[in-house]
Amino acid sequence: MPTLTRWFIKTAFVCLGLGLIAGVLLGLQSTLNLTSMGAVFPIYIHLLVFGWLSQLIFGVVYWMFPKYSVEKPRRSERLGWWTYGLLNSGLLLRAIGEPVQSLQPNEIAGWVLVLSAAMQLAAGLTFSINSWTRVKEK
Amino acid sequence: MPRLSVWFVRASLLYLAGGFMLGALLLAQKGVPYFAGVWTLFPVHIEFLLVGWLMQFAMGVGFWILPRFGRGAPRGNESMIWGAFVMLNAGILLTASQIWVAWLAPVGRAFELASVLTYIIGSWRRVKPMVLGPEGLEVH
Repeated sequence: MPTLTRWFIKTAFVCLGLGLIAGVLLGLQSTLNLTSMGAVFPIYIHLLVFGWLSQLIFGVVYWMFPKYSVEKPRRSERLGWWTYGLLNSGLLLRAIGEPVQSLQPNEIAGWVLVLSAAMQLAAGLTFSINSWTRVKEK
Repeated sequence: MPRLSVWFVRASLLYLAGGFMLGALLLAQKGVPYFAGVWTLFPVHIEFLLVGWLMQFAMGVGFWILPRFGRGAPRGNESMIWGAFVMLNAGILLTASQIWVAWLAPVGRAFELASVLTYIIGSWRRVKPMVLGPEGLEVH
């Protein structure tokens, strides 16, 4: 298993754990009537769908999909690392910026979210570009 | 990877890119509001990522890696799964069109249901144990 895949999968596990912790907080919200927890919901969803499921797929695709060529079996390793960095930095910025923007909107938190949006989009695009030509008939 | 899986997975990559694009527009709107109407795209964002990306990717990879048959068509009735592919993508696009015509959402969902049922029927018998021959090689 390539090093990058290990990073993707282990980070996906961490996101799974964090997502479930966010789920516990959401459960407490409805039980204890904590309205300020509403900001946690989008983070909960994105930790599970983006940080866990999509990131796990990214790692396994990088590892197991048909080889691009003999010289570059996984096409661009550098682009793969960019995907990893952008995905997780974007998710982290979102996890910080979204509750702040929801509870105390301000310009800095707002631009943190814009930066996070751009990073997550870039992660999706770099992954799609790097994987596209590896999706091929044998 | 069989041709049908290539279609499934490449389509899923397109929906991944499209879904992330819409997600970025929505998140940016939360940060620095620029156009409140962008929220009408929210159901399309969900549809593209949950059905277009995750579900379609799983269906494509499943068609590729599930155990094959030793006799006859190795992956069973491939035409059925092509049908599932076409219905799934028609369903996604119809469901996404709800932003213009609301009643297209249930129509699209019905296409998705028909697609998934067709896929399940076409794949059911491929979910089977691996049988090893005397030399340790897989026998179908």
